[in-house]
Amino acid sequence: MREMLFWAASVVAVGSALMVITRRSPVASALWLVVTLYQLAILFVLLDAHFIGALQVLVYAGAIMVLFLFVIMLLNLGRVQAGDMAGTGRRVIAGVAGAVLLGELFVFRLAVPPTDLVLPTGTVAGIVEAEGAVTAVAKPLFQSYLVPFEITSVMLLAAIVGAVVLAKRKL
Amino acid sequence: MLGPSLAVSAILFSIGVVGVLLRRNAIVIFMCVELMLNAVNLTFIALSQQLGMDGQVFVFFVMTVAAAEAAVGLAIIIALYRHRDTVNLQNINLLRG
Repeated sequence: MREMLFWAASVVAVGSALMVITRRSPVASALWLVVTLYQLAILFVLLDAHFIGALQVLVYAGAIMVLFLFVIMLLNLGRVQAGDMAGTGRRVIAGVAGAVLLGELFVFRLAVPPTDLVLPTGTVAGIVEAEGAVTAVAKPLFQSYLVPFEITSVMLLAAIVGAVVLAKRKL
Repeated sequence: MLGPSLAVSAILFSIGVVGVLLRRNAIVIFMCVELMLNAVNLTFIALSQQLGMDGQVFVFFVMTVAAAEAAVGLAIIIALYRHRDTVNLQNINLLRG
């Protein structure tokens, strides 16, 4: 069951990712990207990251994609634009570069983590089961990663100010 | 399911790279970058199954950075559109050698 769900979600994710880069309309691309993000949320849940899966739907498929669609609407870019797709030469370069990168990543996949770092199978699933999905992420976040967490809040503030400054007509 | 997850992640990342090279619409290119970020998130989650919860915490940070990046990036695209009346990157070649 788990395996089947995993493969179904993977196939749909890859298929809709291909649709993202081949659809000419930006709105269609955005909606296919939402499909991909949902499939990734399913994969996260199957890989024992329930909280991150929920965040993926809320933050990515919800907030970030709404921002994208809002900008497409604001700039009236929903129509298909001439010259969006690259020419034949560029397509060949893109295809070759993608194939080479894919090959390299598959070679990297052969590398295994050092055995003394690998936890016994089911450890993370056990932690999630014992502490609950949110606590399992919150504990390391607020203990060993507290300083990065606080720095993130400063970064978000800077991003908000930056976005307003960039998008405003006159300050 | 570590191996298959890493394979899916590699495929998604490559699709994102191909998309960035293939498209000229700045917003679609930006979406492809988000796709690449998500592929990396999948790698983190897959490896966190073997190496502990830290991977999931990192995905949390990646998501925060992605949200900030989306806000700033889209603001840049809006500013770009105001100046040039287009988001087609072929027309934005001031720095071309």
